[in-house]
Amino acid sequence: MNAIIGLWRSTIGKKIAMSLTGLLLVGFLISHMISNVLVFVDGASLDLYGAWLRGFGPLLWIPRLILLGAVVIHIAAAYQLSALARAGRGGSYRDHDRPASTYASRTMRWGGVLILVFIIFHILHYTVGIIHPDFRVGEVGRNLVRGMESKPVALFYLVSMIALGAHFLHGIWSVFQTLGINHPTWNRWRRGIAIGLTVLVAGGFASIPAAALLGWLR
Amino acid sequence: MSTMRLTLKVWRQASPEAKGEFRTYPVEADEHMSFLEMLDVVNEGLIAAGEEPIAFDHDCREGICGSCGMMINGKAHGPRAATTACQLHMRSFKDGDHILIEPFRASAFPVIRDLVVDRSSFDRIIQAGGYVSVGTGAAPDGNAILVPKEMAERAMDAAQCIGCGACVAACPNASAMLFTAAKVSHLAMLPQGQPERHRRVLGMVEQMDSEGFGGCTNFAECEAACPKQISIENIARMNRDFLKASLREREETGAGAVSN
Repeated sequence: MNAIIGLWRSTIGKKIAMSLTGLLLVGFLISHMISNVLVFVDGASLDLYGAWLRGFGPLLWIPRLILLGAVVIHIAAAYQLSALARAGRGGSYRDHDRPASTYASRTMRWGGVLILVFIIFHILHYTVGIIHPDFRVGEVGRNLVRGMESKPVALFYLVSMIALGAHFLHGIWSVFQTLGINHPTWNRWRRGIAIGLTVLVAGGFASIPAAALLGWLR
Repeated sequence: MSTMRLTLKVWRQASPEAKGEFRTYPVEADEHMSFLEMLDVVNEGLIAAGEEPIAFDHDCREGICGSCGMMINGKAHGPRAATTACQLHMRSFKDGDHILIEPFRASAFPVIRDLVVDRSSFDRIIQAGGYVSVGTGAAPDGNAILVPKEMAERAMDAAQCIGCGACVAACPNASAMLFTAAKVSHLAMLPQGQPERHRRVLGMVEQMDSEGFGGCTNFAECEAACPKQISIENIARMNRDFLKASLREREETGAGAVSN
């Protein structure tokens, strides 16, 4: 236990915590994305999947609490590291050239905040259903299509998925570096895996609001 | 010889507490001058006019001591890759250029005067573990400890670090990870560094954090700014060693307890 506390006290330990919780969330999002695109098959298969999940009853709270814990640790570490970075930088430069950082790496913090806002909205929208125009328990496919009928909502989903993609792109590459996985023979795979998972997960999710905006979702 | 007329905008700050400001100086420079020689010319003019010369750190002027270092047009050590400010020549600029010169900025590098910053935080990181213990007495036999050539070269790549602080200056988080990682790595890759390997990384990282540097978010700006082209591979190695050392550390059970 002392080792864990000691790790958390250090900036490297907080980054390790972020990378491990991030990986857990990436794993969840892969399964979540695969189940969501069932909507392109038909609404009924999505309903079946929903029924299967609800079949676990109160046991469903175990993965839910694990995911919630991962999000809390991820955000706590991000918040503390941001504060340390701001304090460490002190004054700002009149001119500061940043040739190496990318759009994705520079938007990790605000992009993360946007993703948090999105998660809260998304849970109220499709899980709790209180900001849904016509929420019916169990009719998952229908709820999804009806919820996407509002253009501003679909657009918000699309923008959030672009933010998620940027977060993935830098975050997944960053996981390798933080966990010490860096070897010239394998390094090109790090970027490749980050790009692949970004296209798969963020692209998969984004296809749903994009299809809704184009009028293809029914 | 070709001369060029330049306009410098330089950060002037009389003391650590003073509120600094940018001041503009015109200068006529030769393209063969080093950047520091160009500043010397400005200072001669200032001294002749009875003004305070611009304070900047310098020592060897051949790119190996790590004393010089300033932000030149937003880049640590200026526009040339793998080049310290002292090895930067005015041929990297052209007639009529405006050059903005600022000190390295970080909370752990407080400004002492003008472009001179206090980098003793780096010294304290080294003191926290950047050494190997050796037996005194008769000199050991040469080559008694075998070091594979490629490991010696990779250790040497890390040992190239001159501790100038450009990594901290360039990092948006003002993180000292590249410096610390270079120092941890060059000893971790050699047999002589093994006995203290885990204690070293724990001690140096703890000191690094307590000096008030920010954390690493893998922007890789440090690697781009480093005049010695130290790779962020060293940061990954330090992360690996730090994690391993943290998990394997044992509770102190008495005098002489070691960390691994």
